[in-house]
Amino acid sequence: MAIITMREAISQALWEEMERDPKVFIMGEEVGVWGGTYAVTKGFLDHFGAERVRDTPIAEAAIIGSAIGAAMAGMRPVAELMTMNFAFSAMDHIVNQAAKIHYMFGGQMKVPLVIRAPGGGGRQLAATHSQTPDALFAHFPGLKVVAPGTPEDAKGLLKAAIRSDDPILYIENATVYQQRGEVPDGDYTTPIGKSKVQREGKDVTLVTYSKMVPYSMKAADELAKEGIDVEIVDLRSLRPLDMGPVIESFKHTNRAVIAEEGWKSFGVGAEVTARIYEEAFDYVDAPIQRVAQKEVPLPYNRHLEQLALPQVEDIIKAVKEVMR
Amino acid sequence: MAEIIEMPKLGFDMAEGTLVKWLKDEGEKIEKGDMLADIETDKATLQVESSASGVVLKHLVEANTTVPIASPIAVIATEGEQVDLEQLLGGKALPAAKAAQPQESQPIPSAPAPGSTAASASVSQESGFIKASPVAKAIAADKAVNLAALNGSGPGGRIVKRDVEAALQSGSASQAVQSSPAPGMPAPAQAQIIPGQDTRISISRLRGAIGKRMQESNQNIPHFFLTRSYDVGSLMQMRKQMNEGRDKGNKVSVNDFVVRAIALALRQFPNINASISEQEIIQHGNINVGVAVALDNGLLTVVVKNADQKDLDQIGWETGQLSQRARDGKLRNEDIEGSTFTISNLGMYGIEEFSAIVNPPEAAILAVGSAQQVPVVEDGALKTGWRMKATLSADHRITDGAEAARFMQHLALYLEQPWRLV
Repeated sequence: MAIITMREAISQALWEEMERDPKVFIMGEEVGVWGGTYAVTKGFLDHFGAERVRDTPIAEAAIIGSAIGAAMAGMRPVAELMTMNFAFSAMDHIVNQAAKIHYMFGGQMKVPLVIRAPGGGGRQLAATHSQTPDALFAHFPGLKVVAPGTPEDAKGLLKAAIRSDDPILYIENATVYQQRGEVPDGDYTTPIGKSKVQREGKDVTLVTYSKMVPYSMKAADELAKEGIDVEIVDLRSLRPLDMGPVIESFKHTNRAVIAEEGWKSFGVGAEVTARIYEEAFDYVDAPIQRVAQKEVPLPYNRHLEQLALPQVEDIIKAVKEVMR
Repeated sequence: MAEIIEMPKLGFDMAEGTLVKWLKDEGEKIEKGDMLADIETDKATLQVESSASGVVLKHLVEANTTVPIASPIAVIATEGEQVDLEQLLGGKALPAAKAAQPQESQPIPSAPAPGSTAASASVSQESGFIKASPVAKAIAADKAVNLAALNGSGPGGRIVKRDVEAALQSGSASQAVQSSPAPGMPAPAQAQIIPGQDTRISISRLRGAIGKRMQESNQNIPHFFLTRSYDVGSLMQMRKQMNEGRDKGNKVSVNDFVVRAIALALRQFPNINASISEQEIIQHGNINVGVAVALDNGLLTVVVKNADQKDLDQIGWETGQLSQRARDGKLRNEDIEGSTFTISNLGMYGIEEFSAIVNPPEAAILAVGSAQQVPVVEDGALKTGWRMKATLSADHRITDGAEAARFMQHLALYLEQPWRLV
């Protein structure tokens, strides 16, 4: 088991899949000559050539639209959006085309497309470039949405996504590319649509995903010092959403906190909370708590930005609240 | 932070309450949820819970004082806290207290013979709603723990899982565990007896009142008892048909049939629908049927007024409402007053037959057993049939055996030919 960063995990997955399958190619802004905005595809152009590592114009609708076409024609494109915030420019292609073609044309065509998109705030990129709109995309049937929280899952989920015949939005979080973790040796995939208990505990179920996984781990370490034993369930996929491990955990803890980076209203926490109430009402011992971003466009000011984003302390506070 | 405790509104039409007794003295420590005082409404004696922890800083009213609801009655403060009472009470006028009238007759609801038409409930509960988490409720239901007997440690006094588990573990479950209302095969409950440990429970006002009345009745009234078996095959069939497609809460019970049957039968027997005073027998101009309702720590009689003029649905609805109010501690005076005849029904517990103690000053009480399928001999052949036994306890000062027996015979007309009830 090697210890590598999220960035390396994603990069390895891409590299290995491109080696494995000549139909896999990447396209996006700055993926080639520059090596990727976050240096994920450094060295790819030299190794795989310009046919398979394609720099594109700054035109997100064109990137996703042409990638959909390539996927329908039998290729396995991995299209990169410089940030999730640019997905809005390609919204029709993502939710109206990619997500629906297989369904609307009687299954005649598949769209084996992966869209990589880093999101999240915390780097002083101001309101329009710092969003975490994951829940928005998870709203659409037909589009799978995954968002790993550990290097192991980052690599395994990207490989699984590339091999899948469905359109998949693969959400990265720009502030945790340097996060390190153990990754299994050799080729492996992580199943899409499967939640995972990342840390076992008996007192409270902390449901989370993506960047909030390392945050939750830190919170759990702190809470353990005070005798609160936190179980962390990492959703890993938002659609399909696997509630199994969440419900199983909740049935023995009876208390839950959902931590996400996006806004609380209509968010992942809202969905998970509702499902717990639907599926495990008789096990509820305290009102479920949600940790999320403050309901404002994210401020540019560093201090205000940090105040608006959910922090480890917010998770600790919410866990204590739910444990009252 | 000092907190004011007010006279709670414990019933729908409660306007004032009498503080009968302080359970915590000034200066005494108190935990949130502890009982602070006994208060008496015109229906029953109930207890006020403290909504704060600390020490009882001051009693704002003396014992045996009647004050309007929401009047401040006490101040709870943290230990050692300096409190400016005037400032704390601010605009809140001290209650315009009036000394309680010394009362000769206890304003306790009439408490008749053993019997019940409903599951247990706690009188000391402030209202019917118990604030408990779903999992606490689920465990309580599973382990037969009475949530009303627990104090919640969660936010706002919510009973949470740890409270139920603590009760189960500590043996306070022995008081909290409910008896199961299921007939025949009661669910196995937690052990109710703690080995080697006596539990002493002071006699509540309601318990005391029941005891006094029943003792007086049993000692002073010359009782006689008549038991008769009724063929309720048609009644059971009719009830089944009537209840088809009805919601659970909307079904007509056997007891509703009995109430209606009694009411109609009484029309012909003014001397059974009667009561006695020292000088005279009063044959009542209304037929008001009292129905005994079991509570956790006693029982009450709720009254279906003019039951002979009400149909089965109306009787069912009214007894349902009345029983609920009894369990919620929200009875109004008119709910428990004016019965002219009482029914005690233990049929739902699988009791075959029993005899009840007359509910004074009434002439008689009917103890109703369960409707059971039994072997019967008809025209020399053995068959199965539905039978229900009922025992009339009557006051020999008012009526005699033959009259009471004719009444029981007349009752058969309605119980055995239930279409007469419609």
